[in-house]
Amino acid sequence: MPGAIHAEGLVKTFGDVRALDGVDLDVPEGTVLGLLGPNGAGKTTAVRVLTTLLRPDSGRAVVAGVDVLKHPNEVRRSIGLSGQFAAVDEYLTGRENLHMVGQLYQMSSRAAKARAGELLERFHLADAADRPAKTYSGGMRRRLDLAAALVVSPPVMFMDEPTTGLDPRNRQQLWDVIQELVAGGTTLLLTTQYLEEADHLAHDICVVDHGKVIARGTSDQLKLRTGGERVEVVVHRPDMIDPARAVLAGFGKGEVAVETHTRKLTVPVAGGAKLLAEVIRELDSRGVEIDDIGLRRPTLDDVFISLTGHTAELAEEGDGDSAAAGGGDRGQGPKEAVK
Amino acid sequence: MSAVSDTTPRLAAPRPRGGVVQSVADSLVVARRNLIRMSRIPEMIIFGLIQPIMFVVLFSYVFGGSMTIGGTTDADVYRNFLMAGIFAQTVTFATAGAGAGIADDMHKGLIDRFRSLPMARGAVLTGRTLADLVQTALTVVVLAVVALLVGWRIHEGVPKALGAFALLLLLGYAFSWIGALIGLSVRTPEAATSGGLIWLFPVTFVSNAFVDSSQMTPWLRHVAEWNPFSATVQACRELFGNPGVSNSSAWPMQHSVWASIIWSLLIIALFRTLAVRKYRSAS
Repeated sequence: MPGAIHAEGLVKTFGDVRALDGVDLDVPEGTVLGLLGPNGAGKTTAVRVLTTLLRPDSGRAVVAGVDVLKHPNEVRRSIGLSGQFAAVDEYLTGRENLHMVGQLYQMSSRAAKARAGELLERFHLADAADRPAKTYSGGMRRRLDLAAALVVSPPVMFMDEPTTGLDPRNRQQLWDVIQELVAGGTTLLLTTQYLEEADHLAHDICVVDHGKVIARGTSDQLKLRTGGERVEVVVHRPDMIDPARAVLAGFGKGEVAVETHTRKLTVPVAGGAKLLAEVIRELDSRGVEIDDIGLRRPTLDDVFISLTGHTAELAEEGDGDSAAAGGGDRGQGPKEAVK
Repeated sequence: MSAVSDTTPRLAAPRPRGGVVQSVADSLVVARRNLIRMSRIPEMIIFGLIQPIMFVVLFSYVFGGSMTIGGTTDADVYRNFLMAGIFAQTVTFATAGAGAGIADDMHKGLIDRFRSLPMARGAVLTGRTLADLVQTALTVVVLAVVALLVGWRIHEGVPKALGAFALLLLLGYAFSWIGALIGLSVRTPEAATSGGLIWLFPVTFVSNAFVDSSQMTPWLRHVAEWNPFSATVQACRELFGNPGVSNSSAWPMQHSVWASIIWSLLIIALFRTLAVRKYRSAS
């Protein structure tokens, strides 16, 4: 049985750019698929095709059992869309916004009004319900936008970068809401460029780059592809890099990756915390002073680098440092790998 | 946020009714939304009123006295001649409002929201143009009061004058569909505002609105007499009983009421089709 969201061979070009270059997706009912990729990878285009906003050049898609291209209006009855930009009317109050959306979902005015009241209560917007949405904070607007997507309790939800631009507290709140929804049986397709978010919310992850799905699996499966745990050491002075490298080569299972400017060395290992203690003793006996040492499991950042050769958030935030240490065993990372 | 968990059965929205009933209902929902919006931005309505009032005052006192209408340069005659032109020009400015409003909705992602809902396809645009029609009607009422204050009068009775106002509103409604298409075609609300206004100046000036078109050079006169805008101006002058009614033999000048209605309906048919098509593929 095909999933609640099913797509085959989606292609969409804009001029010379192949925004979608043969994308297949399958989201089983009641699960969350995270579509992960940098800006311009094609995530939003995929959501726009699946939510009937954009016709693909080729390929087919079925959402909630209905063909997206043949019966778009049928599909629209069964989906909720929460966009990257909070698509609410800022001059209307929260209540007026939800009332309008309910009526346009073909509910009666009275039913739409009742539902609006319910949702405002549930999303902690009751106090602000009769104020124009332009007076809302970023987090409140995002909650209102999400409420608008939930007016009919759609079985399938699409969220395009739901937490982009939110502060950590609001992000956590929105995550809680999303988890509640999924617990209630909603099927969700979520796009994000935050690896942490996909890790936290999604059952399955599709990594997208240049319009193609370049990897798919659970968070754990993807991490496994990048290699297991590794030891990461930051030495105190640049001249200590070489002796430290010699020590780590003795314990490691692969190449020692060195990032000279941060004096950071990384090596894949097997042996856990016990091994870590031995590494520390050995470094100490060679007179290598360390600023930091740790055992870490690969993050999705590492996965992303090993798959694409660049960090996920490079384009937007230049947040390269947190991710720069991964991918050594595939030799594709942006750093020198030493034999 | 445990309160979020939803006890509502996971059901899709009611099946769309489809057809004309749903189109009308959805359009009215969107029109209501746009009217609420307008009422929360009163400065927009006020600026919309100041402009035509300024035109009445400027044209009647600057040009009045130097323009020959029906063989006289009497300023009072010009003022009575002018009003039909100002009314018609004012209603066509609805174009800019519709264009800017829809461009703004595109820009803010609201059009995406609407397009993902199981609603009638033309309703977002129809709702907008209907709301603009209400605003235009309000502007026309205020303008009529100002016109009466500066000495404008009707001479053919109230029913005919109401008929003239109906033609004006139909023209304004038609032009707001041109604005809708412009709004869907440009990237920013600012571009929609200027793009909605620039071409209106030649349209409203190469016409019989402010000068007697019989005094224009022949080719320009020809353009002016077949200008859709001129037909409505001519019809209003006839129905108000104002001076300066053209006795040109051009068909739209001879049958101005019909010409006005036909032109407006043609504009609606053409631009509504184009705008709805554009809306369906908007991205």
